[in-house]
Amino acid sequence: MSDVDKIFNNNNEESIANKMARAQKQISVAEFFSKNRHLLGFDNTRKALLTAVKEAVDNSLDACEEAEILPEITVEIIEISDNHYRLVVEDNGPGIVKDKIPHIFARLLYGSKFHKLAQTRGQQGIGISACLLYAQMTTGRAMKVISRTGDHELATQMELKIDLDNNLPQVLKTKEIDWYKSNGTRLELDIEATYQKGRQSVDEYLLETAMVNPHATIIYTNPKAEQVIYTRITSKCPTKPEEIKPHPYGVELGTLMEMARKTNSKTLQTFLVNDFTKVGETIAKNILAESYLDAKLDPSKMSMDQLKILKDAFLKVKIPSPSATCISPIGYELIETGLKKEITAEFYTSLTREPSVYRGYPFVVEASLLYGGDIDGFRILRFANRVPLLFQQGACSITKSIQEINWKTYGIQQSAGSLPNDKLIVLVHIASVWTPFTSEAKEAVAHYPEIISEVKAALQQLGRNLNMYLSKKNRVNVELKKKDYIKKYLEVVVDAIKELKSDVNTEELEDNMLIILEQERNSTKMQEKLEDFKERMKNVKSKDPLNPSNSSKSKSQTKLNKDSDEGNEEDDRDYDDKDYDKEKDYDSEDKE
Amino acid sequence: MKDNVIEKMDNLVNDLVLNIQGLKRPKLKIPVRSLSNVEYSQEGGYFEIQEKLKIRSFNVNTIKSFAQTLKMMSLSKELIQTNDMATKRDVYYQSKNWGNAKFDGQPESDDVMDDIEAMFYTIREELKFNPDRDGSAVVGNIIIKEKDRETGEEIRIDCAKMGTGGYNLPSNVENFEFETKAKYILAIETGGMFERLAYHKFWEKQNCILVLMKGVPGRSTRRFVRKLSDLYKIPVYVFTDGDPYGWLNIYRTLKVGSGNAAHVNEYFCVPNARYFGITAKDIIQYNLPTHKLKDVDIKRIKDGLKNDPFVKSHPDWQKNLNDTLKLGKRAEQQALAAHGLNFVMSDYLPNKLNNPDDWLT
Repeated sequence: MSDVDKIFNNNNEESIANKMARAQKQISVAEFFSKNRHLLGFDNTRKALLTAVKEAVDNSLDACEEAEILPEITVEIIEISDNHYRLVVEDNGPGIVKDKIPHIFARLLYGSKFHKLAQTRGQQGIGISACLLYAQMTTGRAMKVISRTGDHELATQMELKIDLDNNLPQVLKTKEIDWYKSNGTRLELDIEATYQKGRQSVDEYLLETAMVNPHATIIYTNPKAEQVIYTRITSKCPTKPEEIKPHPYGVELGTLMEMARKTNSKTLQTFLVNDFTKVGETIAKNILAESYLDAKLDPSKMSMDQLKILKDAFLKVKIPSPSATCISPIGYELIETGLKKEITAEFYTSLTREPSVYRGYPFVVEASLLYGGDIDGFRILRFANRVPLLFQQGACSITKSIQEINWKTYGIQQSAGSLPNDKLIVLVHIASVWTPFTSEAKEAVAHYPEIISEVKAALQQLGRNLNMYLSKKNRVNVELKKKDYIKKYLEVVVDAIKELKSDVNTEELEDNMLIILEQERNSTKMQEKLEDFKERMKNVKSKDPLNPSNSSKSKSQTKLNKDSDEGNEEDDRDYDDKDYDKEKDYDSEDKE
Repeated sequence: MKDNVIEKMDNLVNDLVLNIQGLKRPKLKIPVRSLSNVEYSQEGGYFEIQEKLKIRSFNVNTIKSFAQTLKMMSLSKELIQTNDMATKRDVYYQSKNWGNAKFDGQPESDDVMDDIEAMFYTIREELKFNPDRDGSAVVGNIIIKEKDRETGEEIRIDCAKMGTGGYNLPSNVENFEFETKAKYILAIETGGMFERLAYHKFWEKQNCILVLMKGVPGRSTRRFVRKLSDLYKIPVYVFTDGDPYGWLNIYRTLKVGSGNAAHVNEYFCVPNARYFGITAKDIIQYNLPTHKLKDVDIKRIKDGLKNDPFVKSHPDWQKNLNDTLKLGKRAEQQALAAHGLNFVMSDYLPNKLNNPDDWLT
């Protein structure tokens, strides 16, 4: 939820948001909306369509996961007239109780998840009710909702609007109907919008959503009546995230002050044990020892300096990583399976990192690299809590992490300091109880050093995997080229020797030269061939006693000795790899 | 000599084949052809090749050049046996029949030819590969005698009757004979200067032979001058532009040879040549119109002072080069025309002839 949520939220916190909310009461909701469209994701008609789809689909997915139901979501966009579209989203979730329907859909920011320290998609959105508000203001039409809970014979059908003066739901029609689904929710919304394909489109959003929600089936029909079905690839529901307390590493001074002021614990010792995750009696004692603070201090009366000392002491004590039970990563196997279904690449590599912490909030980074195949250029797929981030790529810490990596080390083309320039897709998913975004639009992850270093570590590890693949591929190519090269020239060499010395056995020459060439390329292969060769020589010997191989051998020996006697040689070692270098040296110095 | 080359080739091939049969990596040993592998020989008066060898052993990286070297040797052997010849250009085109091993350009082909030449310590003419014709010309008091290839009759070429154009030397002058009573040979860099001297029959008045080098002299020109100076003990004077190219490329190559052709300098150098052309001193003495030294000129001079074994053995040349650097100027032969078109014949050359102390070695 955004700050806008806070503005409308009736919570008891003495926060700035609350004060602001009181001030806002005088302004009508409609006025506020039209002034702050961009904050809510309705900057333009194209983005409005995406925002509406996003809100509805995220709600459906969250509802299904909450009820541990495997989601099956139908999305349909129908063009009614120019710039007017009908959005229909239907799920197989638990359904909504009749009394709650108006509040969920027609009251701004009802049922906040704001205080929960657990991973949900809801954080992302500004609420489905804002979409209704947008519909009312652009087309004037009401929202049509059908919902049925498992324990009811009939479903409820309602037409809803928001009473803009009082921010209260306005039920226009309601009736009980027969519905083919035992449970689930369907909503229809008419809005002013523009439909386009390509980047940052509804199509793209649903494709990417399917990738990171491998347990969901999404059936999508676009305004051109083209249907795409993303079928689920796992029947395992994501583990339900748990709520947790902050972790001492990464807690910021401001947060620590808030916590100390509001805690129910009477002593510093109990404050540490009760209000932080992973802090037990022993660790609390260690922290106190490091800080030289009295265990019996009343946390709510601690001074800023004492809290600062406490915070510094946290970092000097070894504390286990927070439990990841509050986070539900997708799992690298599932990410990769999902990717393989949608993108044909030559090489895939994926991983899920161990949980890490920023500001006391645990988070997990998952990443994939896809290389080659149908990929025609570089692309980043960014996700936060299973939601695709389609906007503000440049401002995102994921992008920054990618830029800070030297991809050339991994055999990927890149001009220094910029994004890679190669047939590469980088996927990064950050799962966290509280994802820090750069702005209220929740489109880019903020630049926290802890997050950047985790993303980099993940990508560097994957980069090494990719590099291993690429260099192996390269070796094979070089090997093939060499073979081809030898074939091209060897016959000319043999031909020339034959011309210069007519009494040679060309087949034997060619075989032997191949063995000599193999020698440098692959010593084991050479051994085999040598064995093979010796075997053959034995046969020749027994078959042809007139031409014993001994004679030729001893002859070559004397000839070689003669050579070294003549002096003049710079070096008479056995030459292997170094020859080529010498050759090159020569070439460069030779030209006068 | 003919049998000698074929014998050397046969030895090399036998050695290769024996190595291959014994599964030993065959190698070619080629003398390094560069200034780093020559030494200026005081007695011989030329660049003598030293003992540095590059060893090309048979592997994936050298297989192409092995193929080309052996193919070219085979072509040479065939030419010797059939008493035929081929120019460098011909050889390059012949390689188009060598399948994949064909040359991509003539420089590549020339390089392999130089390697073979060096490998056998012989000259290309003995391999029956002739240099391409160059723009050389000869006029003056000399008769060149050549045998008609078919009839065996003697052909007499009187270079006094060649007009202004002169006699253009063929690429192979090995079998020429001469008749001359000339007092000296004047080797000239540019066509313009040559023509002026030929037109005014400078050679008749001076009883000399004029040879046009046309830049760095080609092999046959060098061989021709060398033979004449050897046989008749005629002094050789070299007249070039007053710039580093004229001194270090043209004159030095004619006199002591070059690094790239280190293995054949012995046959082509003209050790008793003396420098007659424009010097830094002349530029000042005759107040000649000049051009500023170009960057390449300065680089060439500094390089010569530092690396050229010939310059390093001759203080008079070091002085001329250093003076030129200080002066920062160069002058062409034809700059002498500033003092009158025939100044070169009436004053400059006679002055030079009368003052042997001014000549550079």
